[in-house]
Amino acid sequence: MASGTILKSKIFNILLICAFFLLAAPFSKSASAEEGAKDPKEVAKEAILEHIGDSHSWPVLGKTTIGLPVILYSDKGFDIFSSKQIEHEGSVYTGANYSYKLEGNKVKVVDAGGKVDEAATKKVWDFSITRNVISLFLSCAILLLVFLSVSSAYKKRANRAPKGLQSFMEPLIVFIRDDVAIPNMGYKYTRFMPLLLTIFFFILINNLLGIVPFFPGGYNLTGNIAVTGTLAVIILFVVNLNGNKYYWKHIFSPNPWWLFPIMIPVEIVSIFSKPIALMIRLFANMTAGHIVALSLISLIFIFGTLWISPVSVGFVVFMDCIEVLIAFLQAYIFTLLSALFIGMAIMEHH
Amino acid sequence: MDLVTPSIGLVFWTTVCFAILIFILGKYAWKPILGAISEREKSIESALSMAEAAKEEMQRLTNENDELLKQARIERDLILKEARQMKDMIVNEAKDSAQKEGARMIELARVEIENQKAIAMADVKNQVATLSIEIAEKVLRKQFEDQKKQDALVADLLKEVKLK
Repeated sequence: MASGTILKSKIFNILLICAFFLLAAPFSKSASAEEGAKDPKEVAKEAILEHIGDSHSWPVLGKTTIGLPVILYSDKGFDIFSSKQIEHEGSVYTGANYSYKLEGNKVKVVDAGGKVDEAATKKVWDFSITRNVISLFLSCAILLLVFLSVSSAYKKRANRAPKGLQSFMEPLIVFIRDDVAIPNMGYKYTRFMPLLLTIFFFILINNLLGIVPFFPGGYNLTGNIAVTGTLAVIILFVVNLNGNKYYWKHIFSPNPWWLFPIMIPVEIVSIFSKPIALMIRLFANMTAGHIVALSLISLIFIFGTLWISPVSVGFVVFMDCIEVLIAFLQAYIFTLLSALFIGMAIMEHH
Repeated sequence: MDLVTPSIGLVFWTTVCFAILIFILGKYAWKPILGAISEREKSIESALSMAEAAKEEMQRLTNENDELLKQARIERDLILKEARQMKDMIVNEAKDSAQKEGARMIELARVEIENQKAIAMADVKNQVATLSIEIAEKVLRKQFEDQKKQDALVADLLKEVKLK
């Protein structure tokens, strides 16, 4: 009887370790035993922030990392080297132009004395292929692979019922066309379909990959403000470059005339507030999901016992289910609002 | 505040990747896919409307057939009726003419019989006359074989003439 329970608990532990490993691979480095002296809450916080942020190294398994190219552009030109060179704390790499070291996730310029030179750091632009850039490439490759094959399926099976991947994608594409583009943009929708479809599937695939805790997922790309901000800026440009005279008239000559002093600044703010809302909504939703899931896992370390793990894993599974829903929902909302804003800009009459 | 500070590297790579995605997918995926979908929708639409038209045509043909069948039935009845009338007429005519013919032949036979009878009667009369004359001749011959009787007769005759 006793040996039975031991065996069971062993199996249970192994299962838990596996689950934990899969869910928390990115931060197992910080959470490992050598830092046991630190406050576990601090460790958890660091680990979570490290996961949802970006990184110059690519954790593959546990402490094993793959070096990624660091590409730095400064007033003196490019410096390109592997992130392995500055991976360890305090290690300094001397490039052609400056010497660099890693502080947090930032590459900083150090002077001859080993001190961080903030003035020089400001001149350095970091175009490194970071973890998030890798996941960006990966998701783009998946998108290209999936949709080019779907597209060729349409060529091969012209005028026949969809099959396989094609029949999974077609309802989504038709949904974007019939329920997002056409109601919001009217008959001019065809011009914007490529943009809307690309945005929808780009956000969707990255949201979904974000939920997968191991390769090829486990990154927080759509929860990164640089990515959502870029998408929002694209929408800002598309909306305003396509705005017709009614759109600009609505902004610059409100009715009645005496509202000019109030309405014009308000309208100008609204031009920018719409994409900013898009940016923050996606960023906050995805980041929050990751933080909650990782916090639940971190409970194991904060309580310092494995017995809390069923609770953690249960909640994480529950959270992941919600995250799948949110992944679709946020991709849909971003696309819908983009279509709405474009639709408002190209509408013939108000 | 690392979290809300966009890094230029990621902005740059996102822009590049998104531009490439939009270009390649727009040209080689979305356009053919949307084209194929709307093409198929159109073909389904037209197939449905063709089916509808075929159904209507079918209905029309069925109605036409029914109409033709009905007309044919009426015509058949009419022809049968006419045939029956014709038959009756022919039979009646035949009966009439047969009767008339019979009557005529009977009449002819009667007249013939009459004629034959008359001829026979005339013949009988002639024979009776001849026989009578022969008988009278023979009687006279017998009477006048005796002279006395002739004389007596002449005397009688003379007596009678005298009286007058």
